[in-house]
Amino acid sequence: MQPVPEEAGALAGPGRAALAAAPGRGNLADRVYGAALVAMGLVIPLLLGFILLRVGISAWPAVREFGGGFLTSTEWNPVEGRFGALPFVFGTLASSLLAVLIAVPLAVGLALFLTELAPRWIAAPVAFGTELLAAIPSVVYGLWGIFVLVPWLRAWVQEPLANTLGDSVGLFRGPAYGVSILAGGVILAIMIVPFISAVSREVLSAVPRVQREGALALGATRWEMTWQVVLPYAVPGIIGAVILGLGRALGETMAVTMVIGNRPDIPTSLFSPGYTMASVLANEFSEASSDLYLAALMEISLILFGITVVVNTCARFLVWRVARRAGR
Amino acid sequence: MSAPAQGLAWRDRRRRAVNGTMLTLTGVAALLTVVPLVLILYHLLTAGLYLAEAQGSRLANAVRFLTDVMNGIPSIVIGIFVWAWVVVSMGHFSALAGGLALAIMLLPMVTRTTEEMVRLVPREMSEGALALGFTRWRTTLGVVLPAARSGILTGVLVSLARIAGETAPLLFTAFVNPYWGWRLNEPIAALPVQIFQYATSPFEEWHRLAWAAALVLIGLVLAVSLAARFLIRSPFKDR
Repeated sequence: MQPVPEEAGALAGPGRAALAAAPGRGNLADRVYGAALVAMGLVIPLLLGFILLRVGISAWPAVREFGGGFLTSTEWNPVEGRFGALPFVFGTLASSLLAVLIAVPLAVGLALFLTELAPRWIAAPVAFGTELLAAIPSVVYGLWGIFVLVPWLRAWVQEPLANTLGDSVGLFRGPAYGVSILAGGVILAIMIVPFISAVSREVLSAVPRVQREGALALGATRWEMTWQVVLPYAVPGIIGAVILGLGRALGETMAVTMVIGNRPDIPTSLFSPGYTMASVLANEFSEASSDLYLAALMEISLILFGITVVVNTCARFLVWRVARRAGR
Repeated sequence: MSAPAQGLAWRDRRRRAVNGTMLTLTGVAALLTVVPLVLILYHLLTAGLYLAEAQGSRLANAVRFLTDVMNGIPSIVIGIFVWAWVVVSMGHFSALAGGLALAIMLLPMVTRTTEEMVRLVPREMSEGALALGFTRWRTTLGVVLPAARSGILTGVLVSLARIAGETAPLLFTAFVNPYWGWRLNEPIAALPVQIFQYATSPFEEWHRLAWAAALVLIGLVLAVSLAARFLIRSPFKDR
């Protein structure tokens, strides 16, 4: 999440020169040290490659069997050995996008409030509380989701909406089970709000003073300054924060599994149950009865891996670009 | 998992179940977080040091990027990877596999926080040491590292608190175990996994246990996080 840092700290400058010089000249101990450090640093990329390889090898039977059809088929039939990942990919994307839709106004609003408007004595505890929210483990969110959120959603949101608007608005039709894509989206939103708001706050505080004071000097009100100067400057970074939050939501397993209903069908409305890639892995992995079943699940985890890597990379690049621009 | 024992008075049964469960789960959750620490101890400092030292080098930038990528891998994928690698070869679930999965999750987190903390140490310190004739490795290990020590410790504790609440990596590696046990070779219980099991079960009493376990888990996680932030003060942090 940090931008690629310029050289800073105790080990910059002379450190780098010495490290570069170490292979050819210099003290033997320094050379050994330098080599050892590089070796340690390479552990992570090697591990990453190993993970990719291992999961890929296990997924190969399914890739060979289903090919590209895996991504477009909606059939999930372990008995007859026909597998298709579309419901899960759809469920993952739908619940995460729903979460982002709900979370972004809340999180950015919170960040704006904390950086621009709140007096010190409010800002500190609220910021602290948000950090605490981020520290809560995801099973606990799931537990709360099953016993508190879902019944509440069913009674106060889904049933009223289904009864009144159900026939006219396609999104609200269908029986109101409680466990649904909506519940999944809401709980994911609650989980990513602290994250997006923390990164947004960093981005907003990185907007240079010069811009703010310039706007005020030209006669803008505080609202105008925030809305028309600070926010546009920070928008790429905030988008990066949002995409980072999306990346988090995509990989989230436990809380979603407990509230999303776990039905391998593409949901037809907001209130119908869905199934995400992470949930099917959590639920069915230990019960995969055939090799092809296992390979299909491995292929799903590979797809999940790929999607999260791509999303996270785009996000970090965006945040990095903004930080670099602000640093000039 | 069997349902609670029949034939005892309700109050005794409940108290016994709660006590037994809490004792097992708390102790074992602690064990499961120590194993990763031990496993990656050798790597904790060094990878972070490498990134902080070799700044600007393309290899280091690539490694940093890949570390961030690894940070973003869903925890269940890591659990599946360790399953395919360790559990299948060993033939059974084990605490070792669970600890390994958590260690793999810990690795990129601690690497990055270590790097950040080492960067915070001011340049003057290392330049002073070099001026006095210290060699490169002595400066880093003997001067910079001790200066960054408290920050690194904070980072480690905060990361440990984060992975203590992880369920997904443990689902297929450490699995479940209704008994107390210290052996690395057997499945082991862990708070988050038990919460998941109890919460999704049909028994009312297990739901109550799940809430209690959640309270314990949150208490642990928050206690460690808060202690890390407030008790360990890095001399360079608030500049």
